[in-house]
This record gives sequence, C-alpha cells and structure tokens, in this order.
Amino acid sequence: MSRLLVCPPDYFSIDYEINPWMRLSNRVDPDLARAQWQGLMTVLERQAGAVLERLAPVPGLPDMVFTANAGVVVGRRAVPSRFRHPERRREEPHFEAWFRAHGYEVTKLEEGLYFEGAGDLLGFPEAVPARWFGGYRQRSEVRAYDRLGDLFGCEIVPVELVDSRFYHLDTCFCPLSGGDLLYYPPAFDRYARAVIEDQISEGRRLAVPEEEALRFACNAVCVGRHVVLPEGCPRTAQLLRALDYETHAVALDEFMKAGGSAKCLTLALD
Amino acid sequence: MALAQETVLLHGHIIDSLILAKVLDTILMMGGAFDLSEVRIGATRGEPSSARIFVRASSPALLTDILDAIQPHGATIERESDCTIESAPADGILPEGFYATTHLPTQIRVQGRWLDVEAIEMDVAIRVDQEWASARAVPMGEVRKGDRIVTGRDGIRVLPLERPKERDVFSFMEAQVSSERPHGHIILDVARRMTSLRAARAAGQGTSDVLLAGGPAIIHAGGRDALTWLIKAGFIQVLFCGNALAAHDMEAHLFGTSLGYGLTAGRAVPHGHEHHLRTINRIRAIGGIEEAVRSGVVTEGIMAACVRRGVRLVLAGTIRDDGPLPGVITDSVKAQAAMRAALPSVGLALLVASTLHAVATGNLLPATVPTVCVDVNPSVPTKLADRGSFQAVGLVMDAASFLRELARELGWKA
Repeated sequence: MSRLLVCPPDYFSIDYEINPWMRLSNRVDPDLARAQWQGLMTVLERQAGAVLERLAPVPGLPDMVFTANAGVVVGRRAVPSRFRHPERRREEPHFEAWFRAHGYEVTKLEEGLYFEGAGDLLGFPEAVPARWFGGYRQRSEVRAYDRLGDLFGCEIVPVELVDSRFYHLDTCFCPLSGGDLLYYPPAFDRYARAVIEDQISEGRRLAVPEEEALRFACNAVCVGRHVVLPEGCPRTAQLLRALDYETHAVALDEFMKAGGSAKCLTLALD
Repeated sequence: MALAQETVLLHGHIIDSLILAKVLDTILMMGGAFDLSEVRIGATRGEPSSARIFVRASSPALLTDILDAIQPHGATIERESDCTIESAPADGILPEGFYATTHLPTQIRVQGRWLDVEAIEMDVAIRVDQEWASARAVPMGEVRKGDRIVTGRDGIRVLPLERPKERDVFSFMEAQVSSERPHGHIILDVARRMTSLRAARAAGQGTSDVLLAGGPAIIHAGGRDALTWLIKAGFIQVLFCGNALAAHDMEAHLFGTSLGYGLTAGRAVPHGHEHHLRTINRIRAIGGIEEAVRSGVVTEGIMAACVRRGVRLVLAGTIRDDGPLPGVITDSVKAQAAMRAALPSVGLALLVASTLHAVATGNLLPATVPTVCVDVNPSVPTKLADRGSFQAVGLVMDAASFLRELARELGWKA
C-alpha cells in the first residue's frame, strides 16, 4: 500500500515568481486546475491503488498544493522543509503541524539550512542498502544531506542541479519501484552524471528526451508498477512500458504554470 | 604563491558523490592550490567521510573567489580562533601546555591576525613579543620569566612546503637514503644550486649562503684540498665543525699528517699520534686560529681559507676533545646558540661525515632549507630523517669522494 499526502488546489494561483516557469501574467484557471487535480487523484486512487491523505489548504499559500515540498518522511520520522524563498516559508508551520498531528516524530533542521523536502531528496528505499540522492545548488543546500544522512543513518549522495528550469531534483530525476530511474541527464553537472551512471546500471537508466523533460516527464509518481506522468510525453511512456511499467498520462498543464506536475503534487508517506 | 590561505572542511558522502573531487578540481581550475591535510573515509557506506583542505591562492581576492565557488558544495571555513598564550613561569621554564614546533613554516593567530613565526626550527616553543606584533621560535633555555608563550593547538597553522621551482633532487622534498642509487646526478644538482646561490649572493639576495657542517673524516679521507678550494672559490660561507676537523686540518699543514698518518704516504709516522696535540698546543700558544693564519704560521688548508674568505666558523666542542683549540665553544647550549645565529642567511646545507654535527644542524634548520647529508654510513642520513629532517637528501658515500666530485663539477682542476 502506498500512502500519499496531497493538498487540494483551492487557493492555487500564481502570486509571485520564484522559478523560471512562473509568470504573474500567466493566470491559473481555477476550475480547470481543480478538474486536473481531481483527475490526477482519480488515477492515483483508482488505477494506481494509492491511498490519499488530504491536507487542508490555507488561504494565501498558493503553492501548498505542491506537497512534495512539505518535507521528507522516512518510517515514522518526518523532517519538514526549510524553504529558500520567503514566499514559501509561510507553508512550513502548516506542514509541520500536519506531521505532528499524524504522529510523526518531527526533526527540524536548523534555521537557514535550506532543504525542500521530497522535491530534492529521492531514492530507492527498498534497495539494499537503501540509496538516496539529494539535489542541491538550486534550492536545497548540500549541507542538509550531511545532517539528514546522520539522522536517517543512510547514505545520501548529493547531486548538483545546474539548470534553473529543473530547480528541484524531482523535476529531472524519478526513481522507480523496480530500481530503475527516469532522468534528464543535462540537468546535472558532469560529476553528478558520472555518479548516477556509476550507481545505476545502464539498462536501468531511462534518459528522457529534452522536449519531454521540459514537459516534466520526470515529475512522475510511481506506485508499484504504475507510473503516473504528465500527458504529452509519449516517448517517456514508451521507455517505461518497455520495462513493464503501466503508464497513465494525466493533463496537468495548469500546474506547469507554477513549475510543478504530478510528483510535485504528492508526498510519499510510506 | 602562498599569499592567501584558508583551511576548509568538507563532511558527508563526499567520496562516492565526487564532491571532494569536484571541490579539488574547482580549486585547481580557478588557479589555486590545495593540500589535503586530513582525509577520513567512512568505514561503511552509511558512514560519512571528511576532509580538511588547505586552500592557497596568489591573492586574497582569488582566495575569496575560490572559497565562494566551493562553499555551495559544502566546504565550510574552519572556525578560526586566536592562539592561546601563557606566561613563562620562570627563566628557562615553559608553561606546561606549550606548543612544540616543527621545522615547517608556521603561523599563529594573534588578535585576529596571522603572524609568521620567525626563525622556525623543530622542538622549540613560540614566543610573542610585547607589542603582540611578531612571533619567534625560542628554545626552552632562552625563555625568560613572563615571556608570552603559545600553548595548546588552536590558532596555529603549519604550512606545507611549497614545491620548489627548480626541478632537481631537492624538489622531491623527502629524505631518500640509498647506497645503491647513482650519486652523479645528486652531486650535479648540488653543484647547480651552489652556482645559482653564488650568483644570488653576488646580486645581493638574502638566504643565499651555503653551510657545510663536517667531521674530521673529511681530512682523513682526503677531502681537504677539495673543501679548501670550495671555500676559496666562494662557494661556502658558513662552516660548522668540532675541534677535530680544525685540529687535523692544521696538523696536515704543520706536520703533513692527519691523526698521525702521513697524508701522502698513508703510513703511520713515528710519534704521529702526538701531532694533533702539538698542533693544538701551538695554536693555543699563538692565541687562536685566526691569529695563526694572520701571523703566517698556518698558510693553507681549510682554516686558512675560512679566515681569508671571512667564512663564519662555529666550532662546537665535545667531551672527548683534546685541548681544545681556542674558539671551540665547550658549552653546548652556547654552541647551539652560535650555530642558530649563523643560520638565517643559509640557503643550502651540506652535512658531511659527522653524525653529531649533522643531527645538531638538522635540528636547527627550517624545513625550507634544502639539505644534503653525506656519510659512508647509511645510518646517519637515516637518523637525520628519523629525527624529522625529512627534507634532507641522503647520500651514502665517502666524504672525500663527495667533496672532490662536487668541486670538480664547480671547476676545480685537480
């Protein structure tokens, strides 16, 4: 069973510009956004078999819909995010309160040590030993992974993100349940590319083409053998099907206006 | 090069992630240099590793640029604090926790500023002046009550040696001792250094003097002519030796023997064993080595050349000395001080055929002075290296052969 934390897009809009995708002039259609979000939820619940936990949206916090940035959860322990941009820092107490209310042991990173949750920390928790990758340079800081590695007692390999369009690791890197990886290599520096190539064998690395990477093909949600990804990524879907994943394309372009897609709208809880 | 430097720490999964490699590459690509002073690799995959990196740059601005570039990868500047200082409790006594020096270039942080420690040598303490403006290495015996002595380990940095620009035997900067290695190229490199130091001296540059610390085997083995020539030709400015080298040098002149053996025939001369005693006695009667040379009693040889060329001569006595000759310093602490006083101008040290003088001189020399230790017995250069003079190049060969070959490289016709 896969539990995901989600937050309805009641207050979702473009109120500021903190990544290259956001344009204040590019207004969100609230009805369409709600319909697209509902569409994603339906696929996740009905087709992928995920269990959804809903977080109450808060007026004035348009990006709370992107729960991937609430923090990171490992077992019963949760580490809430420390956002780089002040616009999103106001979300922190709400995410923290949710973790506490749901019985998680909450560990907070020191103030000023930026870490944007499962948006930047992704891995293969089922692998032995578990392997984690931490994106840094755009939003999260490399030092955060040192702290989190100590906290979780695992190895977190920091990987540098070099393209501001792929500002979170989950925009260009998607570990899949079978130990495979969907990713967009040019979003990483050459050291990170070498590390990824070293750690994940060639047949398990699925490099998505640029045009689909720019549609956030890597911002996919993997539940078992189901992969839910934004529509308009046929070549990525083909790569996934070749490895026996069942793909589900969902229209999410209202959320792309804010630089987010399927994965950004969920947080894996266990 | 080392105009600006900083120590940074890197911690975490820095090996597998290539973060360490990236940080080091970045430093080099930006034109800086680094030394990895400590690398601790995690024992298991889950365990983090750490590295302490000493970053150097040609200017403070470049250093700042480099630090700015590596900090996003997790490099943090080591927290700096002033060194701790305590007063010496009495004359000749250091505070309990005194910092014991190495012979590497050393800096201490005082009131937020890094000061170079002057006259660094190994196994002494560091004294800060009354104005808090300078620091100097100080031997235990020279400490006075109330002197400000550096204690503990905070606020002290020991700088690694810069690789010299010259690509010669000294650029390896590590003691190498082998009787099986060819000597020719080492002697050639020594000769090249001596030629360039002589030119530097002529141009008025500092630390360009050549020191030779030698034992009497130089005379017994037949190296006297070659050493005399080296001194006359202006290749040696400082000579450290004991009573014996001076006595046998003048014995050779006055009696044609060295410790009683005829230097030309190689046979024991009747009553020859008395010759060095008679030599010492005669010099004592005249009043000193310099007087003996100036009055024309001693006209040639090593001592005569030293007096004529104004070579700084430090004669350090031992408990087995006969006489000794006037000028031999029999108080070993005073002898050490006299040797120390002669070192600041030295740019090359040749330690030839004397265990005692080689080790004593090695103890006083900063690691920045290229050093050659020549002895037929490999244990001497080994001993020197074991005692910390890692910069000394060991040469296992006979003293006379070394000096003759060196002099020939430098133009001696004999």
